[in-house]
Amino acid sequence: MDLITPEVGLIFWQTIVFLILMLILAKFAWKPILGAVRTREESINEALVSAEDARKEMQNLKADNEKLLQEARAERDEMLKEARQLKEKMIAEAEGDAQEKANKIVAKAKESIEMEKRAAMADIKNQVATLSIEIAEKVIGKELSTEEKQHQMIDKMLNDATLN
Amino acid sequence: MQPNLEPIILSRPGTMIAHKSLKIIVTFTLALALLPFNAFAKADPQAEESKEFNPTDMIMHHIGDSHGWHFFGEGDSSFTLPLPVILFTDNGMVTFMSSEFHHDTEGQYVVEKDGMRFVNYHEDIYKLDAGAESVEFDEEHNVLNASKPWDFSITKNVAAMLLTVVLMLIFFFGLAGHHKKNKKAPAGFNNILETLVLFVRDEIARPQIGEKKYMKFMPFLLTVFFFIWITNLLGLLPGAANVTGNIAVTVSLGLFTLALILINGNRDFWQHTLWMPGIPTFVKPILAVVEVLGLIIKPVALMIRLFANITAGHIIILSLIGLIFILESAGVAGISVPFALFITILELLVAFLQAFIFTMLSALFIGMAVAEHEHH
Repeated sequence: MDLITPEVGLIFWQTIVFLILMLILAKFAWKPILGAVRTREESINEALVSAEDARKEMQNLKADNEKLLQEARAERDEMLKEARQLKEKMIAEAEGDAQEKANKIVAKAKESIEMEKRAAMADIKNQVATLSIEIAEKVIGKELSTEEKQHQMIDKMLNDATLN
Repeated sequence: MQPNLEPIILSRPGTMIAHKSLKIIVTFTLALALLPFNAFAKADPQAEESKEFNPTDMIMHHIGDSHGWHFFGEGDSSFTLPLPVILFTDNGMVTFMSSEFHHDTEGQYVVEKDGMRFVNYHEDIYKLDAGAESVEFDEEHNVLNASKPWDFSITKNVAAMLLTVVLMLIFFFGLAGHHKKNKKAPAGFNNILETLVLFVRDEIARPQIGEKKYMKFMPFLLTVFFFIWITNLLGLLPGAANVTGNIAVTVSLGLFTLALILINGNRDFWQHTLWMPGIPTFVKPILAVVEVLGLIIKPVALMIRLFANITAGHIIILSLIGLIFILESAGVAGISVPFALFITILELLVAFLQAFIFTMLSALFIGMAVAEHEHH
């Protein structure tokens, strides 16, 4: 058998065998294998895409949370600030009131002290008058004949001598 | 000395010792170096004078096709798998087993079937002319009194080809079965197969043919890739047939590529082949001739490349081993066996490379035929 002369029989068998092999494999092997590989690749791609989506969603959620937190924090700060202002206002008001009251009390006290003082003064004056009269009665009873003249004399003298 | 006994056994020892262990290689080399001595000791002194060792005959015998699958031994004591001989003569089909020739390839043993006489002369089957008792030759060894019938025998190469077919069916039905059962990626051997399938798809078909049309040609490309590769690898085994190194096989494969180009070539392709646009009219016929020639040369180059590469590898290995018998010294084995081993390992690479190149170029040619041209 020559090396470079093709044998008709072998060409025939090779063609037939190869053709049948190709048809059988195409139907029962290549088609299911390539189909399965493609399905798997698609599912992998889908999984990757959905993972990416999930990641993005997660990021959005996180951003939302952050925003909410920020808002809550701002609100809290606002509330604290208001409360502080209110407190200061209340303290200031209370201080004002207390001052006023204290002033009033002091004023009343002063007034009553004044009144007491006046009353005491009047009392002292009366007592002094009584005493003076008694003293004067005893000392100068003889100088003054009538009681009317005596009283006139004493009043005049008391008015002249103010104790204050 | 009778060295002509040994080439059959030692045809491709390099392939037998493709093991990782250096120890095994050394043992084999020593064994091979010693083997001829034993053989020489037993040799018949008379036979040695009658036959000279002819390396060309030995090599041609090993790379050529034959009607029986010979493993080892010589003459009637050899171990040969008989294969069916199928002949179409003028008087109809004749079939018998190759063993009926009793291992004779010199035209000496005449087989009588259906009133016709057949001889096997150098693995060609001849039908003796009516009345002839034995084959006669002229001085140049041409057969005088016999004619060649159509020979559609299941030869060694056809049997080896069928072995590849069986292996491919087992492999890929297994892989397809895996995919039917579950959607996960396969493991182990199936994973290797799937990787190679994807290699053909992603590295060969897709870039050469294009995303739109590659699926149509995947069955051919996958089948041709795995067929060539597995057959190449099987061909490296000792005692195996040289299928992809046979021109008839590569002619057939090349014709498949040519047929796919001719069937699938689109309008643009034929226009560019037969009546190239955009050039002066008088050049068009000249270019058409060149393009049509190119169309035929492409698959011819494919078939010659595969045939020549695989056959050359086998010839180198056989020549290196043949050196032992040409120089008639067992010591040469110490050099030629390691060299043959090296070439065999190289052939493992070539086996894949040639399958890849054949598939790649087929895809490229098909891609050129189906490409959508942008009109300028």
